[in-house]
Amino acid sequence: MALLSGLGLAALVAPDAAQARYPWEFPTPVTPVAKETLWVHNIFLTFISIVFVVVLSIMLYSLFFHRKSRGAKAASFTAPRTKLQFALSTIPFLILAFVDYVVMGIPAYHAVLAMANTRAGSQMVVKVTGMQWKWQYEYPGLHIKYLSTITTPQAQIHDQAPKNKHFLRQVNHPLVLPVNEKIRVILASKDVIHSWWVPAFGVKEDSIPGFLRETWVKIDKPGVYRGQCAELCGVGHAFMPVVVDAVSDDQFKQWVAKEQAREQAAKAQQAAATAVTYTEAQLVTMGQKVFTANCAACHQASGMGIPGTFPPIAAGHAFSAAPNMIAQLRKRGFITPGGKIVEGPVASHINIVLQGIAGTPMPPFGASLSNLDIASVITFERNSFGNHTGDIVQPAQVQAARAANQKP
Amino acid sequence: MNAAHAHEAHHDELPRGITRWLFTTNHKDIGRLYIGFSVIMFLVGGILAMLIRTELLRPTLLFPPEIYNQIITVHGLVMVFAAVMPATTGLANYLIPMMIGAPDMALPRLNNWGFWLLPPAAVLLVMPFFLMLFGIGNGAIDTGWTMYAPLSVQGGIGVDFAIFAIYLMGASSLLSSINIIVTIFNMRAPGMTMMKLPIFVWSWLITAFLLIAVFPPLVAGATMLFADRHFGTHFFNAAGGGDPVLWEHLFWFFGHPEVYILLLPTTGILPHILSTFSRKPIYGYKAQVYSFWAIGALSVVVWAHHMFTSGMPVAAQLYFMYATMAISIPVAVLFYCWFATIWQGSMTFETPMLFALGYIVLFGVGGLTGLVLSDAVADQQYHNSYFLVAHFHYALFGGPVMGIIAATYYYLPKITGRMYSETLGKWHFWQTLVGFNLTFIPQFFLGIAGMPRRIPDYALQFAHLNMLSSIGAYILGSAQLLLVYNLIQVMRGVGKKATTQVWEGAQGLEFTLSSPPPYHSFETQPVIQ
Repeated sequence: MALLSGLGLAALVAPDAAQARYPWEFPTPVTPVAKETLWVHNIFLTFISIVFVVVLSIMLYSLFFHRKSRGAKAASFTAPRTKLQFALSTIPFLILAFVDYVVMGIPAYHAVLAMANTRAGSQMVVKVTGMQWKWQYEYPGLHIKYLSTITTPQAQIHDQAPKNKHFLRQVNHPLVLPVNEKIRVILASKDVIHSWWVPAFGVKEDSIPGFLRETWVKIDKPGVYRGQCAELCGVGHAFMPVVVDAVSDDQFKQWVAKEQAREQAAKAQQAAATAVTYTEAQLVTMGQKVFTANCAACHQASGMGIPGTFPPIAAGHAFSAAPNMIAQLRKRGFITPGGKIVEGPVASHINIVLQGIAGTPMPPFGASLSNLDIASVITFERNSFGNHTGDIVQPAQVQAARAANQKP
Repeated sequence: MNAAHAHEAHHDELPRGITRWLFTTNHKDIGRLYIGFSVIMFLVGGILAMLIRTELLRPTLLFPPEIYNQIITVHGLVMVFAAVMPATTGLANYLIPMMIGAPDMALPRLNNWGFWLLPPAAVLLVMPFFLMLFGIGNGAIDTGWTMYAPLSVQGGIGVDFAIFAIYLMGASSLLSSINIIVTIFNMRAPGMTMMKLPIFVWSWLITAFLLIAVFPPLVAGATMLFADRHFGTHFFNAAGGGDPVLWEHLFWFFGHPEVYILLLPTTGILPHILSTFSRKPIYGYKAQVYSFWAIGALSVVVWAHHMFTSGMPVAAQLYFMYATMAISIPVAVLFYCWFATIWQGSMTFETPMLFALGYIVLFGVGGLTGLVLSDAVADQQYHNSYFLVAHFHYALFGGPVMGIIAATYYYLPKITGRMYSETLGKWHFWQTLVGFNLTFIPQFFLGIAGMPRRIPDYALQFAHLNMLSSIGAYILGSAQLLLVYNLIQVMRGVGKKATTQVWEGAQGLEFTLSSPPPYHSFETQPVIQ
């Protein structure tokens, strides 16, 4: 069925770099697992299409010839009438059982074992951590760790600008992997269940908070492979794409060196920036960028949040939500007993951004944002959206808060 | 016939107005309430479906994503719990006493309570949408109908409303299941042995046992979820020693048999319809009954095939894969019997027969693609993609919904005493068939090309097929208005009077009673030879 209709629908599938030859095929597979899956998928679809066509033909034959308007007289049998008929009537089920357990069952057995064999011969480990709504990629041993967030502008999502080719499937920092190496992928989550899916790899594995899951890939062709989160994880579910840049071994080594240098430079810059005292205007300008990239998905570009889920940054607005979240906000001094958002104490504000609020969607940004980023975004928040506290937070204050948090 | 007239005289003593329906203990009144409720909720769920397809018509955001998530979640919950389940329960209430020669259900007051728990449940599901308009809470449940923790622990008051709706619907289902089992075991006419039960009655007996087996774990899970949300427990919180995957197991231990709870009653009604319009007895009665048992038994041991990407150990993946494949055999037996029932018959194609044949074709696609999904590794591609969405709509619309519509047309003249408009019925069928396939065939290809489900906005390569699917959905949705119009006309008394047998080839005790049947089906039990 699917196979046949596919012929008609072929013209409707827009061309894409990763598109397979036929619309009933998965995007061109580039890993052993994906190739095996495509092969099995094609066998299945062929089998069920044949079954569908054969059985439908029998039915249509009956509908045409056994109709009252053609003068058909109804038979009265209610079961196989002879031993031969009884034996013949078991044939379809024997065929089905054979297809189930031999044609499908045996390749599936091997595929399950191959899929589970994440460790033998693996040359590298990558840790993928899902969080609302971005991915964190970490290369243990190489000391590289970064966040990968969507870069499609809000204007394109809201139809205010023409959509580009990779609409919703572009990120600031793709996962970079070497080709022809078996890579063990460890999955974790910081909040809810996500699912890491790259169709060209034939891999979809859930990232589950509190547990590690693993899978593996061995990519045989350099290129950019795109996918996205496949488990509903809240309002940003459609906006956490997975982009993998598969490169040659040499390019990968160069990338690693560059990345390590960048992290070093970022550390040095962090130290340097922490020593500098900035003006309010400088901080607000930098802070706005940080806010757009990290905070606006939940608290909205308007700073108004989403009622019941994400509190406004703008003070003076009523906010009600689950009791736990309100209690946490009250404890930190960000909401009045009447349920209105207020500007809480600066120290408390810094700690919320650094550590997040456990039990609520607010994630910790201490690991992903620099002292300067945090200082500037807090200054921005306290002097925008109608807030005019005049508070200025300097990177050194953030550094001090970090140090205080590390003391037992 | 004298007896029947005497019953009609009793109608005058019935309470009039709302109290008749609030306090009724009559199986036919309660059956009609269930069916009416189901039609209303089918329209509510249908409107939500139209909103979903409107959002997906083009790659842009019409609704904020949080509203979209609420729409898909409530669409799923309403369709499963408030549209399809009440419809099959309504058919059971109306038909089982007539089919087995009983005056009424065994536990009539329980029956009344079972129904009246449902409307409050539906209100609980939908109400948060309206509360949000008044600034209370952040809308309905938005976690997907699967309510996976910890997302459902994070959610707003909509989740709590849904948990209480599940309690009410669970209690309602358990009461009606107990009633059905007790009725079938105790109220059969003399001579009606178990293996002479009409096949629809058999299918509901298995369904009732399944409901009693699997609804309590869901209610237990929902209670754990509620405790996690409000009382600081950690059943699904790994930081406190809990496990989010535990919810998946509890949910699917209910959720997979639920598919068969929706499906089985319609696989029971189908042979009656096929046999009537082929003027030929049901083929393979025993084989079908044994298949029901096999499907019922297997359905409770395959749940984790919904969780192949959750990182289960190899042994569990293999077990759940092979166990799932086993279900294809008894289901294939049912298909075989359906084909053999119409084979060499003398067929006519009234609306119920068209929907029954449409059922076979569409549910066939759902079943065959389900076979493909059972492969644990290939499932890594299909899982949570639009391929899955298309598959389960073929299985659940193609099966239960088509079956319920077929049964509605089949029994409408019996229930109301009036024939519906055959022309409109046929239009309804053809428009449904075209609209349905146009909606869901493109979704198979969307899934294969890599589009995940439950996203309000999508990458550009999915744009053409989504537009096609949305156009199909509008055709499918508007077709259902023909059904509603037909129902209203018949209820108003338009259409020619139906005979006692209604259909030329109809068999069974229910077709020995007048149309509409007397208020108490059989006061003197018929004797079955």
